[in-house]
Amino acid sequence: MTDKSVPTGIVITGLSHDYTPRAGTRVRALEDVSLTVATGSFHALLGPSGCGKSTLLYCIGGFLPVQIGSIRTDRGLVTAPGPDRGVVFQNFALFPWKTVLQNILYGIGKRGIRGAEARDRAQRFIDLVHLTGFEASFPGQLSGGMQQRAALARTLAAEPDILLMDEPFGALDAQTRRIMQEELLGIWRQTGKTVVFVTHDVAEAVYLADEISVMSARPGRIRRTLSAGFNRAADPAVFKRPDFAEQVELIWQMVRAEVDDARRPVSA
Amino acid sequence: MKQGAISYLPLLILAALWELVTRLGLVSRALLPPFSVVLVALAHMLADGSLLRNAVPSLLRGAAGLALAIVVGFGLGAGMALLPRFRAAFGPLVQAFYPLPKTALVPLVMVWFGLGDTAKIVLIFLGCLLPVILGTYNGIRGVDHVLVWSARSLGASRRDVLREVLLPAAMPQILIGLRTATAFAFLLMVASELIIANNGLGFLIGSLGDDGAYPAMFAAILTITALGFLADRGFAALSAHLLRWRI
Ligand SMILES: Nc1ncnc2c1ncn2[C@@H]1O[C@H](COP(=O)(O)OP(=O)(O)OP(=O)(O)O)[C@@H](O)[C@H]1O
Ligand SMILES: [Mg+2]
Repeated sequence: MTDKSVPTGIVITGLSHDYTPRAGTRVRALEDVSLTVATGSFHALLGPSGCGKSTLLYCIGGFLPVQIGSIRTDRGLVTAPGPDRGVVFQNFALFPWKTVLQNILYGIGKRGIRGAEARDRAQRFIDLVHLTGFEASFPGQLSGGMQQRAALARTLAAEPDILLMDEPFGALDAQTRRIMQEELLGIWRQTGKTVVFVTHDVAEAVYLADEISVMSARPGRIRRTLSAGFNRAADPAVFKRPDFAEQVELIWQMVRAEVDDARRPVSA
Repeated sequence: MKQGAISYLPLLILAALWELVTRLGLVSRALLPPFSVVLVALAHMLADGSLLRNAVPSLLRGAAGLALAIVVGFGLGAGMALLPRFRAAFGPLVQAFYPLPKTALVPLVMVWFGLGDTAKIVLIFLGCLLPVILGTYNGIRGVDHVLVWSARSLGASRRDVLREVLLPAAMPQILIGLRTATAFAFLLMVASELIIANNGLGFLIGSLGDDGAYPAMFAAILTITALGFLADRGFAALSAHLLRWRI
């Protein structure tokens, strides 16, 4: 697969983010987040629900204004959304008025690719996510897991330099999830894209990622960043290895401490 | 299709009842001519061309006013939804104008624009404008911003977003506004022609009524009803096609 994207890293320095709802009080979602994702590396984000994982991804995506701190890629400071940073949204964000094929063609068309070449490319990614036969379906006619795979195909087909993925396999059954993980690793190894991957599944993070950051409960900070690096093994039996299980257990303890922290009533 | 035919059964029953109560003398013929007599009058008016001669100018006025309202209303609605300054300027105007019955404007518009077609088109335009503005405004304001984000991260420019995301996402609301506007167009078309005109279906109803030609007058009313009904059905079909993605 020819991919014209250029691998690029991400450097986040001192990023804080406040939400100010029209009604209600200001919420600090991110606090002093500094994070470097090396070019071509696969970085997983773990943390309790509501800790700011999506917010961090939206900031890198350029959807939310950077208020305090900075985000930089090899292309420069992040100030707006752009096709160099592809996003798989937590709630899919497919265009409901477009069919699966039209959704996937959208990003391809924005790259200036048209006609038969565009359709071939779209079909390749539809096949990749096992949606062959559903090209003409509208998102509303698909199950949650199928919509999630369509969204994945749409983002991959647009060939971003950086992949920002918000629980991209959250709606999938264990079987399909495993297959999609393999496909993603395959594409990642082939293209050397930089990936930021949010998940609740510790084993998934340990299996896929080079590095894993564990975030604290709100306001979200990076508690610790560890390296994993099982993804290079290309070994389906990696799940059974004792060092893999050990790593999962270790990180699971850290995440649980943060979840417990989040449950504790706010005082003083 | 069978289903569709059956759903018109109530209309047939109504026609039959109409015939019955007038034939049995339950309602005076001076107040309501029998349905069959009205149909005969309708056939005459079709044959001598008087119906067509009056329907065409009416429909042209309605279409012109409606088309103008769609173009301007979409622009104003989209502007208000997207630009805070625009909203600050036009929002209060729309709110003030909203509860005003547009038929109250008939005399004023006639004074300003005369007694010809312009006045009638302006009136229809004004009446249709608000539902289009409101449909567009509410539709665009209600679009999930994540859809805009996903388009932007797939390479859409800010300009692309209006046509490629906001418009289709707001389409269900916009169509509701257009449907209301179409109904208003018929209402104002007849109202303005009733008051002053030398042709049009409203004029026809008025002059036939003045002449005491009640069966013909009812035939003209029936024609407007049928045209309004057809317009609405056509509109519903168009909506169903445009919104076929909403299972
Ligand atoms: N639009 C918003 N307005 C106000 N507060 C918000 C908004 N979006 C998110 N928040 C708050 O910011 C915090 C972080 O939200 P975010 O969606 O980033 O969490 P998350 O880590 O992605 O959670 P989850 O794992 O459940 O998806 C939450 O506590 C939430 O209440
Ligand atoms: Mg989230």
